[in-house]
Amino acid sequence: MKLHEYESRELFTAYGIPVPRYGLARNGEEALKIAREIGGRVVVKAQVLVAGRGKAGGIKFADTPEEAAEITSKMLGTEIKGEKVESVLISEYQEVEGELYLSVIIDRSRGMPLVIASPEGGVEIEELARTSPEKLIQLHVDPLIGLRQHHIRNVQNFMDLDESHSKQLSQILTSLYRLFVENDCELAEINPLAITSGGLVAIDAKILIDDNSLFRHSQFQRSEVGGSFEVEARRMGFSYVELDGDIGIIGNGAGLTMATMDVVKEMGGRPANFLDIGGGASEEIVEKAASLLLRHPRVRVLFVNVLGGITRCDEVARGLVSAVKAHGAGKKVVVRMMGTREEEGKKILRESGLYPYDSMEEAAQMAAQLAQG
Amino acid sequence: MAILVNNETRIVVQGITGRQGSFHTKSMLQYGSKIVAGVTPGKGGQTVEGVPVYDTVREAMREHPEINASMIMVPAPYAPDAVYEAIDAGVGLIVVITEHIPVHDSMRFIRYARLNDVKIVGPNCPGVITPGECKLGIMPGHIFSRGSVGIVSRSGTLTYEIAHSITKAGLGQSTAVGIGGDPITGMSFIDVLEMFRRDEQTRAVVLIGEIGGDMEERAASYIKETSYEKPVVAYIAGRTAPPGKRMGHAGAIISMGAGDAESKMKSLTSAGAHVARTPAETAELLRKLL
Repeated sequence: MKLHEYESRELFTAYGIPVPRYGLARNGEEALKIAREIGGRVVVKAQVLVAGRGKAGGIKFADTPEEAAEITSKMLGTEIKGEKVESVLISEYQEVEGELYLSVIIDRSRGMPLVIASPEGGVEIEELARTSPEKLIQLHVDPLIGLRQHHIRNVQNFMDLDESHSKQLSQILTSLYRLFVENDCELAEINPLAITSGGLVAIDAKILIDDNSLFRHSQFQRSEVGGSFEVEARRMGFSYVELDGDIGIIGNGAGLTMATMDVVKEMGGRPANFLDIGGGASEEIVEKAASLLLRHPRVRVLFVNVLGGITRCDEVARGLVSAVKAHGAGKKVVVRMMGTREEEGKKILRESGLYPYDSMEEAAQMAAQLAQG
Repeated sequence: MAILVNNETRIVVQGITGRQGSFHTKSMLQYGSKIVAGVTPGKGGQTVEGVPVYDTVREAMREHPEINASMIMVPAPYAPDAVYEAIDAGVGLIVVITEHIPVHDSMRFIRYARLNDVKIVGPNCPGVITPGECKLGIMPGHIFSRGSVGIVSRSGTLTYEIAHSITKAGLGQSTAVGIGGDPITGMSFIDVLEMFRRDEQTRAVVLIGEIGGDMEERAASYIKETSYEKPVVAYIAGRTAPPGKRMGHAGAIISMGAGDAESKMKSLTSAGAHVARTPAETAELLRKLL
């Protein structure tokens, strides 16, 4: 889960990482008040999670509090790359003398945290790693031992800052690593870490929290709002991803569901979504999943692919049949089932006029044909 | 021969009194797996399907010193503690079935296991099966049959799908290992490929990968560098997955422009592996190769 910028700033402040003075505004009046308190030039930043908000008009400068209020009123309620702006950050404007990069990330390959630093901040780090890898330093940290002085010294030597900034860098890295561990981060990135007349300041940040850790970080839990299929499906407890085709896909297990999408594509069809009902799904769960997709305006064909292990084919069949009865008008349904209680499941389907397939490839081919016809 | 588990495997199930724990204990016993003890703190003295339950792994080991494998079916918030307990009690192979364990936790216990020379399979995995000998996991046993194909996979049901077609093709499996769908797993493709390389029963290996991370690419380099003697057939799921979206598994995400299916397929092909376009093609390729 990605944190909003204001949440990142709150975290940084709590861990003693310097950030520009700021406040969160939900209307023009609040913006006016915050800008007055800060004084001087401010930056108005839309609080959206999509990347590239700057180029999309989500970051604007204001010379007076009145201007900040005006920009805020205009920005609120607009959409940036499809995401509605609900609040803006009013932040102190700072003259920047230089920009550094600092992050801690989980390195999947090595199964360890990785500290990355570069004296050339402000750019996309993946880009920098590709074009000039010599401009960054990467240090693995043993997760059982944690960050040690030698890591810090190596970063300091590589960054080659003057003494006071170097000392500050050491403190910031120590805090950032602690923040990374204590908040179950997948990524804690400061970019840029600006050099200003007042010292180093974290101007922008990107923090990703491990979704699986949210049970112990209640402060980050948020309820998803909106009526999109993606949100609705997730609220029902499904793994769901929206795609742009017309064949609705339901599978059990992430790998099998992905493979089902791929085979449909291979056969010339276009998947509308990825929906994983997980293991051991009951009749009710299948009915919910199938009803959701049958109500989807773009879905013309529903393709259900179930491999029964702890999931029972008869439960799947019953759930599917009731969903088709209620919402199936005008939609075509293709089912492939195999495994636990396969015969019972197939019998239930046949009695309701649905024809089950044995092979995933044949079923996918039929789904693709039906979608074209 | 086979790898990791065989008829010498003696199992302790941690979390045996839970709904999932007791259900799969029954299914494993029916398959013929030797479960000698279960552990649930506070439930010592009970039995589940005739298996004695202890409060701690240490006590279970004292009563059943033959224990050499553990299966963890404990909810995510408590699973890391269960893993540390098994490592400290001296269990050499730990299969972590539990899904949704925070990655910082798995990173630490996997590191701790490595330092203690303990093998971890998972987390978020279906387990390991050597057909006809031992099922240490939650997979449907009847899909598998004894044979010569080793399977290593990041997925659950997709493994069953492909194992079933291998069984139908009359080839069967030596051992099938589900290494798990999390970003960080105790065992990698390379670890398992190396075990299959040394295993006489295994004549070919099926590698089932998916989007996210670079485990498939690293396996490809390993296959190339070792001039891997046994044929490898690979299937990679997620060719149609959009970037930046997590496809069910915590580890299945194309992030920062890396980890897409096509580039994994390309790496494996250029390393000499046979890459199947559909799950069914996996068995067809194997039949031609063996």
